[in-house]
Amino acid sequence: MLDDFFVRALIAGIGIAVMAGPLGCFVIWRRMAYFGDTMAHSALLGVALSLLFELNLMVSVFIVAAVVSVLLLFLQRRGALSTDALLGILSHSALSFGLVIVAFMTWVRIDLVGFLFGDILAVSESDIDIIWGGGILVIFAIVYLWRPLLASTVNPELAEAEGLKPERTRLFFMLLMALVIAIAMKIVGILLITSLLIIPAATARRFSTSPEVMAVLASVIGALAVTGGLFGSLHWDTPSGPSIVVAAVGLFVLSLLPIGRRPIEAAHHSTPGGHH
Amino acid sequence: MLNFRSPETLPLVNLSNAGVRRNGRWLVRGVEFSISPGEIVTLIGPNGSGKSTTAKTAIGVLKADEGHVERKPGLKVGYVPQKLAVDWTLPLTVERLMTLTGPLKGREIEEALSATGVLHLAKAEVQHLSGGEFQRALLARAIARKPDLLVLDEPVQGVDFSGEIALYELIKQIRNRTGCGILLISHDLHIVMAETDTVVCLNGHVCCRGTPQAVSQSPEYQKLFGRRAAGTLAVYSHHHDHTHLPDGRVLHADGSITEHCYPGDGHHHDDEENVHDHGEDCGCGHHTRLHGYDVKEKGDA
Repeated sequence: MLDDFFVRALIAGIGIAVMAGPLGCFVIWRRMAYFGDTMAHSALLGVALSLLFELNLMVSVFIVAAVVSVLLLFLQRRGALSTDALLGILSHSALSFGLVIVAFMTWVRIDLVGFLFGDILAVSESDIDIIWGGGILVIFAIVYLWRPLLASTVNPELAEAEGLKPERTRLFFMLLMALVIAIAMKIVGILLITSLLIIPAATARRFSTSPEVMAVLASVIGALAVTGGLFGSLHWDTPSGPSIVVAAVGLFVLSLLPIGRRPIEAAHHSTPGGHH
Repeated sequence: MLNFRSPETLPLVNLSNAGVRRNGRWLVRGVEFSISPGEIVTLIGPNGSGKSTTAKTAIGVLKADEGHVERKPGLKVGYVPQKLAVDWTLPLTVERLMTLTGPLKGREIEEALSATGVLHLAKAEVQHLSGGEFQRALLARAIARKPDLLVLDEPVQGVDFSGEIALYELIKQIRNRTGCGILLISHDLHIVMAETDTVVCLNGHVCCRGTPQAVSQSPEYQKLFGRRAAGTLAVYSHHHDHTHLPDGRVLHADGSITEHCYPGDGHHHDDEENVHDHGEDCGCGHHTRLHGYDVKEKGDA
């Protein structure tokens, strides 16, 4: 059954959505959307370097994304420019260096559109092994790091004062992001990885009563978006990455509709004179 | 009240000549104090005087760039930071906030929340709380951990006057019941918690230190604050030998003006009065009373 490219893409895509869910929650709680974009853009430099030095693609992308995030930490410490400006510089310089290096390598033909926007045809059986192996690793790491990650999201100084290690946690978080980007790149594409992190998490917010619920819901919503998007991509012959994002945005818009809000308001107004 | 300060008790935290430097500027320097179990130390000083920096240095969030900070091994800290903004995208109820940095039993959570009077808000999202309610929730979270040292950075901000008195009452009860040490940062330069054992006044360094005088001794304050406040609040009168001018320079009691007021600069010494209610370790040299300081600082605060 797995020789069917579509089923492979589906299994791979759901694997990515599951690990992107909790990570994406932290990206929006910590306001790191632009940071995620920067790491994702640096993936193209990873692609170029992997072709140049004939390295494994995912390993190369992971290393470049990790180096970029450590570089950002270092530049932030120096404090000469705002994080915003630093991210802009890193993001576009990594993307452009990647494109320029690829252009120099006239002897290689690469499917640039495939890398930028994702390609479901590109998923092999070994990719599935890597995605689910990596996915399980990411989920275990998040569960293990959950408390320090959440505490340092609320307030790093509080976490530090009460014996958790926010700096170390942050480094691990960045490595996890790099890992997810390296794994997800093939399916969703470099330019759209951040949206798979952010949109399902943002959709989950309204229905969540705790951080844990939001993380699980984000995974479920991401998996729905991947499934819907891939079916659409197959049906209308559209690129897989954008199709997944369109499906995710569709779910997000649905979550904005005032369905299910009424009971809360009704309950609130049903106690006239009961206000205190 | 129990006496927790037996001679063999080691201090929870001890700062000696501690200083923190950022971007070539000393945020605070020459800080000396210690907190023992059951002791309440209040830090006061104008904005930017290094109160929060000092508190963070004491608990290891910031590293001292000079001097020494010693903490009891395995010290358990409960911390209420001065500012804490929870992003609205994070669904966090008061109940969930309680176990942010460590697990707690349901009973412990309930006890702490009812002690600070916010048990009815357990299911509420923290973003929906008023400033005062959020402060109480944060205090509940810090005490539920049963810390050895409770560090409260302006815990009564956003709390109305009667709420402030109630919170100080509660802090006193926590100290008496658990025997933990408390480091309190006060937003007020003159009114401190009556139970405070030591007041440390900072302005880039330790300006002066001492014990507060009970409000109840002063009829004006009793009239101003009411009878209930009189037992809870106390007045701290500063004994400075120098004034910090608005441009950052320092006017000394001998009339000279210097760029800074680090001890040992030759302006902190020898006066006929030699007022010394704060011991040799205050880091400021000898002090004389400088009248008019109080009024001036009140305007700055």
